[in-house]
Amino acid sequence: MCLAIPGKIVELSPDLPHLAVVEVTGVRRRVDLGLLADDLPGVGDWVLIHVGFAMSRISEHDAEEQMRVLRILGEDQAAMEEVRGYGLGEKEPT
Amino acid sequence: MAHGAGGKATRRLVDGLFAPLLLGGAGTGLGDAALVELGGGPIAITTDGFVVTPVRFPGGSIGELAVNGTVNDLAVGGARPVAMVVSFLLEAGLSTEVLEAEVRAMARAARAAGIAIVGGDTKVVEHGKTDLMYVTTTGIGRPLPGVTINPRSARPGDRVLLSGPIGDHGITILLARGELDLEAGLRSDTRSVFPMVEALVAAAAPGLRWMRDPTRGGVATSLNELALDCGLAIHLAEDRIPVRDEVRGACELLGLDPLHIANEGQFLAVVAAEEADAALDALRSVPGGEEAAEIGEIHEEPASAVLVTTRYGGTRIIDMLVGDPLPRIC
Amino acid sequence: MKFVDEFRDPEVITRTAEEIRRLADPGRHYRLMEVCGGHTHAIYRFGLKDILPPNIELIHGPGCPVCVLPMGRIDDGLELGRRPEVIFTAFGDMMRVPGAHGSPLEHKAAGMDVRIVYSPTDALKLARAHPDRHVMFFAIGFETTAPSTALTLMRAKAEGLRNFSVFCNHVTIIPAIRAILDSPDMRLNAFIGPGHVSTVIGCRPYQWIARDEGKPIVVSGFEPLDLLQSIVMLLRQLAEGRSEVENQYTRVVPWEGNRAALAALAEVFQLRPYFEWRGLGFISQSALRIREEYAAWDAERVFDMAGVRVTDPKAAQCGEVLKGVLKPVQCKLFGKECTPERPVGALMVSSEGSCAAYYNYEHRKAAASLPVLV
Repeated sequence: MCLAIPGKIVELSPDLPHLAVVEVTGVRRRVDLGLLADDLPGVGDWVLIHVGFAMSRISEHDAEEQMRVLRILGEDQAAMEEVRGYGLGEKEPT
Repeated sequence: MAHGAGGKATRRLVDGLFAPLLLGGAGTGLGDAALVELGGGPIAITTDGFVVTPVRFPGGSIGELAVNGTVNDLAVGGARPVAMVVSFLLEAGLSTEVLEAEVRAMARAARAAGIAIVGGDTKVVEHGKTDLMYVTTTGIGRPLPGVTINPRSARPGDRVLLSGPIGDHGITILLARGELDLEAGLRSDTRSVFPMVEALVAAAAPGLRWMRDPTRGGVATSLNELALDCGLAIHLAEDRIPVRDEVRGACELLGLDPLHIANEGQFLAVVAAEEADAALDALRSVPGGEEAAEIGEIHEEPASAVLVTTRYGGTRIIDMLVGDPLPRIC
Repeated sequence: MKFVDEFRDPEVITRTAEEIRRLADPGRHYRLMEVCGGHTHAIYRFGLKDILPPNIELIHGPGCPVCVLPMGRIDDGLELGRRPEVIFTAFGDMMRVPGAHGSPLEHKAAGMDVRIVYSPTDALKLARAHPDRHVMFFAIGFETTAPSTALTLMRAKAEGLRNFSVFCNHVTIIPAIRAILDSPDMRLNAFIGPGHVSTVIGCRPYQWIARDEGKPIVVSGFEPLDLLQSIVMLLRQLAEGRSEVENQYTRVVPWEGNRAALAALAEVFQLRPYFEWRGLGFISQSALRIREEYAAWDAERVFDMAGVRVTDPKAAQCGEVLKGVLKPVQCKLFGKECTPERPVGALMVSSEGSCAAYYNYEHRKAAASLPVLV
C-alpha cells in the first residue's frame, strides 16, 4: 500500500487529458492523473506515483521548508556544542 | 520453477542433487569452470544454458548472452577462453530470419571475445514447447599462469572489487517484456569480461582469491555463495556500489533491490588488501572498466553472511535471492 | 533523485539522530508503532534501528495488506484462475503468498495463466487486448490503492468492457488501528501514522486516537529523514504531555485528503458489514466491496465463488505478531517450519511483513551475536 515515489511530469497528451508521461531518473512510465482531476498538474510538476496513478502533487515549497527546519535543527545542535565547549560551567540547556 | 532463478533453490538443487551424484561428492567451492587434466596441462571447461524472453532486447540477444556468458565463466575461472560448441533447441516454425540473426550475433560476439565456435548441434521441438529458442554451450580455455581461484583462501581484510555498474541487464529484460509499461534508455551490459580479468591477473595474481560473474540472482547471490563457501563475512558499503540512475529509478519504482538483479558483463573479485589498489587501477585502465570500484571487505563476523552498511551507519543483512525478483507495490 | 536524496542526507540524519538521543528520557522505555508496512520496510532497508537509542522500541503494526489477507481469499481467487478463459492478474506482492494448495507463482509454474501487473490499468489493457479471454484483477491494498481500482472500474464501465472483473480485497486502516488499541495486551505510547493512506483520507480520521485514546500520532513520510523527524515530533509530544495528530509529510499529504480519490471510492465501493483479517479475526466495517452499479465487474458476483474459509495452523501466531504483542522470534514456527522460502503465514512472505523483515535483517545478526536493537 505504500510504495509511492516522486516523478516529474514530462509530457501531456492533448487528446487524453488524464494520462501523462512521468519520469523518475530517466525511467518513463505513463501515469493516470484521474485522482488529481480537481487540480490537474502540468508539465514540470512533481507528483507522487503509486500503482500507475498520481496520488498527490508534491509541494516543492513544503519540501524545502522541511529541509530548512531539519538543517536548522542541525545548526542549533552545532551551536550548542560550541557553547558547551567554552566550558563556562553553565548547566546543560534542556 | 524457483530453481532456475539462481538463488537459494538453485543452490539446493546443485548441492543436494547434482554435486553428490556427478562430482563424486566434491560439492564445495563450485566455481563456474572446472579444471581437467588432459596430459599436457590442465584445461578449464564450463557448460551453460541460456533461456531468455524476449530473445532480442536492447543491447543484445540470446546468442550474444550465450557466447559472452561462456567466455565469462571461463574468465572468472581464471582461464583464457579458447573454443566453444553450441547446441540449439528450436521451436518448430521458428523463422529462419530469427535463427540467422542469432547465429550472426553469436559469430560477431565470438570474434569480439576472441573465442572460436568450433561446432554445434540443432534439435527442433514441437511448437509451443520452447520460447522460440534455448541455447546451451560448452566452452574450454587455458588457465592463466599464477592464478588459483579458491574461495576458502579468502582472509579477513581482503577487499571486494566490482567491475562496473550493476542491474543493467536484468532491468533491461524486465522492461523489454513490456508488461510493466516502463521505458528507459537502458541496454543489457552483455560483453566479455576477459580483458579486465587478464589485466587484473597481470597486476595482482598472487593476491587474487576468487572471482565470479554475478548473473542470475545478482551480486547478493554470488557474494552469499562465497560467504557460505569460506565461512567468513562480507561487509559492503552501500554508497560505493555503482548503479546507473535509470536502474536506480526503475528499482525504486518497482520495489526491487539492484543487488538482486542479473548482470551479464560484470564480475566480482576478492583480492588481498596489499594488491587491491593495483588491482583496481588495472581494472580501470581497461576500456569499459572505468567504473570499477572497491565495494567491500572480508571480515570474521558474522560468519557466512553478507552485510550492507547504509550511509548512516545502519546495517542490514542481504540474503540470496528466493525465486525471481518480483516488483512490489507495498 | 529529487525529493528522495535530500531526505537521505547523511549529515542531517546524523544530527536528527542526535536530537532523538537528546530528547529520549533515559529513564523511559518508548513503544512506538508504525502501522504501515512500507514504514517497516523502510526502517529495515535504511538500518534505522541501529541509529536509534536502545530505549526506543519500534513495533510493527498490521498495515501490510498482503499479511492480513486470509488464505481462503487467495484460494477463491486461484479457483477462478483455473478456468481456462481467465487471466489471473495481481501485483507482484501477491505472487508468493501461499494458499492452501500453493501460491499464485506455483500455480503459474503448473500452467495457470498468471500475470504480474504494476497497475490495475495494466490489467484493463490486457482485457482490451484479449477480447476472447476474461481478465480478473486480484485487488489488494488499503485506501492508498483502492481509489486506483475504483477509477479503473469506472473506466471499464464507461467503455462497456465486459471481459474484466475485480476480486476486491481492499481493507481500511482505521478499524485495524482500533483493533490494536482494543487489544488488552497492548502497551503503546504513540503511533507513526501511515503516509500514503493519508494522501487519500487526510489526517482527520486519526483524531480519535489522540483525543480519545491519548496517543500522539505523527503522519510520516518514508525516507529516513521523514521517519526520524516523525520520531522527534512524537518524543516532543510525549515530553510535553501532548497528544495530537501532526503531519510530518506535508510535502505530499493534504490535511483534508484527496477529494477526487474519496469521491471515486464512494462511487464504486461500499463498506462490507464485516471482513475476516488474518490473525485479527472478523472486524466490522473494515473492508470494501463493489457497489451494485458495478456488479457486472465484481468477480464475486460474476462468478460463483466458493467463499472458502481456511484456518491457519494453530501453531502459527500471526495474529499476535500482527498486533505487536509477540516478536516474530517468539512465534513457535519462526525460523523453523516458517521461513521466507517456505512461509506458513503471510507475515513471512511479504517483504514488509514483520516476520520476513525480522528474519532477513535481525535474525541472522542475532544468531551471529551482533547487537540487535529490537
